[in-house]
Amino acid sequence: MELRINQKTVQVDADADTPLLWVLRDDLGMTGTKYGCGLAQCGACSVLVDGNVVRSCVTPVAGVVGRDITTIEAIESDEVGKRVVATWVELQVAQCGYCQSGQVMAATALLKHNPAPSDAQIEAAMVNLCRCGTYNAIHAAVHELAGKRDA
Amino acid sequence: MKVSSETTAQSSLPDLTTPINLSRRRFLTGTAVGALVLGFGLPLGAPRAFAAAAAATTSERGTQVPAFLEIRPDNRVRLMCPFMEGGQGTFTAMAQIVGEELDADPATFLVEAAPPGEAYVVMDNGMRITGGSMSVRMSYPVMRRLGALARAMLLQAGAERLGVSVSELSTEPGKVLHAASGRSLTYGELAERAMDLPVPDPVSVKLRDPSQFRWIGKPVKRIDAYDKSTGKALYCIDLKVDDMLHAAVQHAPRLGMTVGSLRNEEQVKAMKGVHSVHRLPGAVAVLAERWWHAKRAVEAIQVDWQEPGADSPVRVMPADFSSDAYFKRLAAEKGPARDDENEGDVAASLANAKTRIDATYHNQYLNHAQLEPPSALARFNADGSLEVWLPNQAPDLYRADIAKRTGLEPGKITLHSPLLGGFFGRHFLYDSASPYPQAIALAKAVGRPVKLIWSREEEFLRDVLRPVAAVNFRGALDNDGWPLAIEAVSATEGPTEAIAGKQGEKLDPTALEGLSGKSYAIANKRIAQIYVKGPAMLGYWRSVGNSLNDFFYESFLDELADKGGKDPFDLRLHLLRDNARLTTLLQAVAELSGGWKRGPFTAEDGSRRARGVAMASPFGTETAVIAEVSIENGQVKVHDIWQAIDPGSIVNPAIVEAQVNGAVALGLSQTLVEEAVWLDGKPRARNYDLYPILAPARMARVHVRVVESGEKMGGIGEPPLPAVAPAVANAVAALTGQRIRSLPMSRHTFA
Repeated sequence: MELRINQKTVQVDADADTPLLWVLRDDLGMTGTKYGCGLAQCGACSVLVDGNVVRSCVTPVAGVVGRDITTIEAIESDEVGKRVVATWVELQVAQCGYCQSGQVMAATALLKHNPAPSDAQIEAAMVNLCRCGTYNAIHAAVHELAGKRDA
Repeated sequence: MKVSSETTAQSSLPDLTTPINLSRRRFLTGTAVGALVLGFGLPLGAPRAFAAAAAATTSERGTQVPAFLEIRPDNRVRLMCPFMEGGQGTFTAMAQIVGEELDADPATFLVEAAPPGEAYVVMDNGMRITGGSMSVRMSYPVMRRLGALARAMLLQAGAERLGVSVSELSTEPGKVLHAASGRSLTYGELAERAMDLPVPDPVSVKLRDPSQFRWIGKPVKRIDAYDKSTGKALYCIDLKVDDMLHAAVQHAPRLGMTVGSLRNEEQVKAMKGVHSVHRLPGAVAVLAERWWHAKRAVEAIQVDWQEPGADSPVRVMPADFSSDAYFKRLAAEKGPARDDENEGDVAASLANAKTRIDATYHNQYLNHAQLEPPSALARFNADGSLEVWLPNQAPDLYRADIAKRTGLEPGKITLHSPLLGGFFGRHFLYDSASPYPQAIALAKAVGRPVKLIWSREEEFLRDVLRPVAAVNFRGALDNDGWPLAIEAVSATEGPTEAIAGKQGEKLDPTALEGLSGKSYAIANKRIAQIYVKGPAMLGYWRSVGNSLNDFFYESFLDELADKGGKDPFDLRLHLLRDNARLTTLLQAVAELSGGWKRGPFTAEDGSRRARGVAMASPFGTETAVIAEVSIENGQVKVHDIWQAIDPGSIVNPAIVEAQVNGAVALGLSQTLVEEAVWLDGKPRARNYDLYPILAPARMARVHVRVVESGEKMGGIGEPPLPAVAPAVANAVAALTGQRIRSLPMSRHTFA
């Protein structure tokens, strides 16, 4: 089947119900998107599909044929994504880093839809798990990207 | 995988398809590809280390400079780090420490985990592990000296090149200067010659005066921040070598059970993508060209699991094991107990006291729940050597274990230590809790490299658990209501004795730490352990024994305060009146929080709130925490955590603050929501759906004050955790009158 990933068209040979995550990681060698739970619980596998954040570990690949998929590998090609990454680095968000691809994707999706989210909207959108406990740094980064001084 | 010379250590995509046999000279010529291939944690340091060892005038720790450092023509410094990076920032800290004395900007460092080997044993205690919050505090002078030795070698090489004496030279970051002539040479230009020079006598180098530090003590940016924000950082689970098969396993539902017949083996073999089906000790495996196929197929296997034999080589999980029943059993244990501390006359004080308080506490099992599921990649090479990539906190121990399991000489085993996607104690050597023995067996069986990933479900089945204890406290007050005696008898199995499988001659210090070692001036005290060997496999979990014991002790101390009519903050000040360091720390946290107030009080938003205080002394560091809580929809809501931490002195204040935040999050997680419940010999949760870890919405604001007392350097990664739970529990008691004697709080009902 044919997928459109990061503005490029790629051919993959996978069963229709294979999760997009494993097509990305094993078929295409794009390992920036992470496996954490396989149950849409943690969000480490977050990618954008037509600009919406999606948990690729439970997204059958057949369901994203003909749609625009963006992964962390191309996040800096997106103007908002580039700002998110720059802020993530500036505020030193990452610790082990394993969940951060997904966090960056979630933040990018939020800010593309809503450049100035309220605190409640940030809280509703930034729900991915982080075992290192970078939640306050994530909140501060999104807050800053939303054009606010952090409280 | 694309390679580019611009990538940093973590983004240096390994070209693992190419056989690796590059000479040092080729590296030093600095071709992009050569530099890059070398950039990925190859054991290149080893041959140079041996050469350096042969030439070295001393066998002192951390003096084999070429084993640690390569300086590239572009002035980038490659450091082979004795410690593993798993989020705690040790790669950045080591770049700061070495860079400070080398006179090279930490931002120019490429840091990788060093291979196993004696050269990398740099800690005072002669160990090489990444744990116990030891990395910086136990290697600080040695790693500084390493940088200074390398700088001396560069100066010597510069003197030769410029035809002047070393005394006429100085350095600026990344270069050697000859002030008199205005000439300079970059480190990159001098490195090849410098690294061939003999390492100077370690006592001959002078370390910088701390007042002159450029980087130590400053909030230097993490060297891995960009790669970790863009998906470029590579973890074990991401690695790939040519011709590699993917593997997935299904473990026996209870440890110790063995593989019987596979009822549908032929059907599974016929499933799409399946290469082969394998029987392993206590598990079955499927190999496939894609991990998804392997996982789906292995989960489809119907195994007739057999009950363990009497000669089971692993700890057997009984079919009737229940964690809740086990807590009751622990609380009822009568002994015999062994004393760790016994001062004054506890028995008489308790017997004669007018006011006595008894209370029983227990805690819960926990999983590590690091976000990266365990994996291992094994490859047998044509020459009979074995390469293994695996997450680990102790490379030498792992290599020795692999040698034991395979019969290979350690020299035939190359161990790679990728970045850790979180660890928290998960990646110590635990029998039956790591995928590498399986990956090695499978690679051997099929003659191809194999990468095995444990699914989240398999991980939660085989992860080692944070230990549990039931502690029976008895306390006595004097006539003025001050604590006169405290006795804590803990029925427990510590992680170290659990791993050993038996009680040692001495008490396991990781069983009682946090009950023992308290600084409060209580004249009569007894801390003792009743050793109870349990059926669950146990391990180290961030802050280890302190993670439970400080909850017990600091909560019970508040019970003593309440009974004696004392404010818990004043009680601590009173009991620490002769301890200037801890008095300062306690006052610092109060000041940070705007002055101590217990409450209950009404906050600006109208909610009723209260505060609790607690202290801990883990891993050479002192901490004090104040928590502010309310009850929201029947749940405990933690609004703020103020933490004052005194690790003596620090290397990176920004990383310290991040570690406090992270430790607070894990501390809140175990306090509020987290528990590994076992029923009928099985974990109730096999994924995050039934094993809640702290979600962003339950995080508290965290306020940090670092107090640098100048005392001996303590740890940072774990110490900010233990005081969180008791501070919250003490706040809850102040607010609700409910004394919480077991965790998590989600088990309790709040009005």
